[in-house]
Amino acid sequence: MSEILLDVQDLNVSFPSQRGTTKAVRNASFTLGRERLGIVGESGSGKSTMGRAILGLTPSPGIVTAKKITFNGENLLGRSEADWQLLRGRRMTMVMQDPKYSLNPVMKIGHQIGETCRLNLGVTGQEAQRRSLAMLDAVKIRDPDRVYNLYPHELSGGMGQRAMIAMMLVAEPDLLIADEPTSALDVTVQNEVLRILDALVRDRGMGLIFISHNLTVVSSFCDRILVMYGGKILEECKAKELHHAKHPYTQALIAAAPSLYERRAELATVVRNPEWLK
Amino acid sequence: MIDVENLNVTFKSGNALMHAVRDVSFFVEEGETFGIVGESGSGKSSVLRAIAGLIESTHSKLSINGKPTSARQARENSRLMQMVFQDPYGSLHPRHTVDSILREALIIHSIDNQDKCILKAIADVGLGVEHRYRYPHQLSGGQRQRVAIARALILSPPILLLDEPTSALDVSVQAEILNLLGRLRESYSLTNILVSHDLAVVAHLCSRIAVMQFGRIVEVISAEDLRRGKTKEAYTAELIFASRGFSRVS
Repeated sequence: MSEILLDVQDLNVSFPSQRGTTKAVRNASFTLGRERLGIVGESGSGKSTMGRAILGLTPSPGIVTAKKITFNGENLLGRSEADWQLLRGRRMTMVMQDPKYSLNPVMKIGHQIGETCRLNLGVTGQEAQRRSLAMLDAVKIRDPDRVYNLYPHELSGGMGQRAMIAMMLVAEPDLLIADEPTSALDVTVQNEVLRILDALVRDRGMGLIFISHNLTVVSSFCDRILVMYGGKILEECKAKELHHAKHPYTQALIAAAPSLYERRAELATVVRNPEWLK
Repeated sequence: MIDVENLNVTFKSGNALMHAVRDVSFFVEEGETFGIVGESGSGKSSVLRAIAGLIESTHSKLSINGKPTSARQARENSRLMQMVFQDPYGSLHPRHTVDSILREALIIHSIDNQDKCILKAIADVGLGVEHRYRYPHQLSGGQRQRVAIARALILSPPILLLDEPTSALDVSVQAEILNLLGRLRESYSLTNILVSHDLAVVAHLCSRIAVMQFGRIVEVISAEDLRRGKTKEAYTAELIFASRGFSRVS
């Protein structure tokens, strides 16, 4: 991690409602280089909300405040929608969990990828098509010419996920936020998708934020891990050293997962402590 | 206890026939927890549904305690086996309270002391009396799955069929439900079939595991051998390798 791509200091996201304000992210600070950073946590821990806030995608009425969020040295706070358009899709982007809901169902795969090229790279026609086909090939889709002309419902889950990754990566962004990109996939397909993301970080020097609830995947795939609970980053550690985690919550999460290596009579249950959020 | 021989399930899709389960045979001992793992589309859920009689199947033998299941009445069948599904949001009636969800089976089977049965079922799955008159949307995912398990157990069936019972849950909640299933297996003397895509979950609860691919059983392996990686078939080895996480080599 030589240079800092993304610098987040004291990020807070809250959602006001009639019954009071929900703090979804609390004072989160971290930096990202050209590396794979994993964010783990259970549902409601604020990991997805944090990813969206970085891309300026917090839904109304959410309020985002931070001391500092910079991307390649550029300030991301208080940007107008027009300003965001220059960044999002082109230099920073996001892959979601489910291709069924994230691809346009009435638009052919090739055209969706081509649209990204036209809007963000300013290329048209044959050049957009050439790049789309090359990208489909890069995400290891066996028959790009055929898939180019298919609609999303004609693809399997793994193929749809790869098509979506192709669509996000065709503009060659510097930062990719992947929100549970492999959770809906079979394990053998999951590893293929991870290999594609891995190659992109290695070969293109992309920065990757990998959001997942799966500790096995994150600890084997990422370089560093942030553990989130109740909107707070409880612990940061090297992925390989996750099993020596210090925070009781991280230790409890590891102990609660059934193991493929050893027999456990009872699984440990997670005891939560409100003190952690102070 | 559960004897399955040459089970076949086919679905019609348009004019084509989809052969979802092909010549599946296995035997589950009384008190055993038998696991079925496989990736999506491998036919694992169809096997479970065929045993429960929820979908049609052809077979040379499908019997429980030596009696063929087809000869049973629906009511008799439901006292013999019950099923817990993946999605606790979808498998509970949204406009029924926990109490009426549990009471329904008792009414159908004309069972006395209904209040006592309901309170026992609620306590057995680790819920409190305060949950009795709640609606499913007022419960968390884990609590809902507990209600689904209580609903399945209220008739005290000897067989419990589990279809991905923890796949929709967080890992901490999954641990609670898996512990609960382990305890109930003892206290209710249950024979279980557990279907899951997660090898670690299956290895945790089951003694023997059938690995399925393309509608067939590739191999039946003991949990011990699965943990040690002592497989007979390449596909099982591939599945174990992939489940152990991402690997940069190969």
